[in-house]
Amino acid sequence: MSGVRVLVGTRKGAFILTSDGQRKQWEVSTPHFAGWEMYHLKGSPADPNRLYASQSSSWFGQIIQRSDDGGKTWHQPGTPPGEPTTAPDGTPKGESNKFVYDTSPETGKALTTHQWYDGTAHPWEFKRIWHLEPSLTDLDTVYAGVEDAALFRSTDGGQTWQELAGLRGHGSGSSWQPGAGGMCLHTIILDPTNANRIFIAISSAGAFRSDDAGKTWKPINRGLHSQYIPDPTAEVGHCVHRIAMHRSRPGVLFMQKHWDVMRSDDAGDSWQEISGNLPTDFGFAIDVHAHEPDTVYVVPIKSDSEHFPLDGKLRVYRSRSGGNEWEALTKGLPQSDCYVNVLRDAMAVDSLDKCGVYFGTTGGQVYASADAGDNWAPIVRDLPPVVSVEVQTLS
Amino acid sequence: MIRVTLPPHLRKLAQVAGEVKLDLEGPVTQQSLLDALEARYPMLRGTIRDHMTQKRRAFVRFFACGEDLSHEPPDAPLPDAVATGTEPFMIVGAIAGG
Repeated sequence: MSGVRVLVGTRKGAFILTSDGQRKQWEVSTPHFAGWEMYHLKGSPADPNRLYASQSSSWFGQIIQRSDDGGKTWHQPGTPPGEPTTAPDGTPKGESNKFVYDTSPETGKALTTHQWYDGTAHPWEFKRIWHLEPSLTDLDTVYAGVEDAALFRSTDGGQTWQELAGLRGHGSGSSWQPGAGGMCLHTIILDPTNANRIFIAISSAGAFRSDDAGKTWKPINRGLHSQYIPDPTAEVGHCVHRIAMHRSRPGVLFMQKHWDVMRSDDAGDSWQEISGNLPTDFGFAIDVHAHEPDTVYVVPIKSDSEHFPLDGKLRVYRSRSGGNEWEALTKGLPQSDCYVNVLRDAMAVDSLDKCGVYFGTTGGQVYASADAGDNWAPIVRDLPPVVSVEVQTLS
Repeated sequence: MIRVTLPPHLRKLAQVAGEVKLDLEGPVTQQSLLDALEARYPMLRGTIRDHMTQKRRAFVRFFACGEDLSHEPPDAPLPDAVATGTEPFMIVGAIAGG
């Protein structure tokens, strides 16, 4: 019997929503990590029972949590309580919440500065993890996108973390600048056909690609046009909000930028605008249908200063042609007086037939469609503000 | 025996109820107390003091015997009442709404 598990991160805890393959009746868990900000939870494609979660607070910093039983129980994967924190040779044992920028001469880059909002130099400071991306094949390997923007990797199930310093140390790093939400690395996409290829995106530096498993990186922002930055076609400095890919066609990428919805057919080497007939092309979330690589979903948001749907109508827009031609999906969604936002990591799809589409709002609703977006219904209405939504399709 | 109280979020993280009790050898200071606390509960590393600088996190304060000890030097002796376990060393999160 197939089923679905929806992992929801909110400002005040995580929630796990489960249903069978019909996706009509849902069970909503009590909060996990109640009171903490849960930026992201994601399951391992190698083993659906292995989940990783980013737990953070302004008071107590960043914690990594791991579940080995599908979210029933959680633990920090570092040294357990009461065990020695150093090995017999004196070296420190695993500390799952320790993220240290790599400045070693062998692999790292000098930890200098990036640009602050006002253009002055600002030192790199680790703040939190925005996104966790488990390896497609190894359940103990997981990537973390952090603020201030950098990419970390663990190969021991989250016990210890090492920075892939070639990204932060990329030549343009000193010119990166935070977006309003912070200088966050929020998107990590692993190419299912090429283990050496990784895509990432940073607000507001742009998109980058590695073709050597994360050692070196190059910006992939040609074709982006951002009129709100000094050089609208700069190599870096674009506020990319989210990138999505269909696993059957990893050379094709879809991007929701600060403004503009974009598409690349050459793995990011160049981009074309596909906003077409969208009523506004500002937004955060974007995703691709599980079985139709040219069916794309976005949630248009009024503007960069008014983070809510146009005209108070919550509408998902779907393109079945890979962009440019969009249709509004409204059945079951509020069409008046709706002023919520849908954040960048708060949309996901399942791989059942028909494809399920899910998104969460800053108003605490999680909406689901079991028919690729034709009809919608809330799974739950009154959670804390939703930051992230991920879906696991269970067999 | 030293008594330490943790804020609710950290009690949950360390999976403890009520006060934490620590045995310390040598001088009882903020640093030695926090070192002992983190050695016993490694998941608290980085939550009270920054991993790298070992400085108190901005929204965390230390109190004991009715006094704010947050800005005392880390290697200054703590009050005798803390060292003898008469009074707890209180680790407190800043109050905030929302």
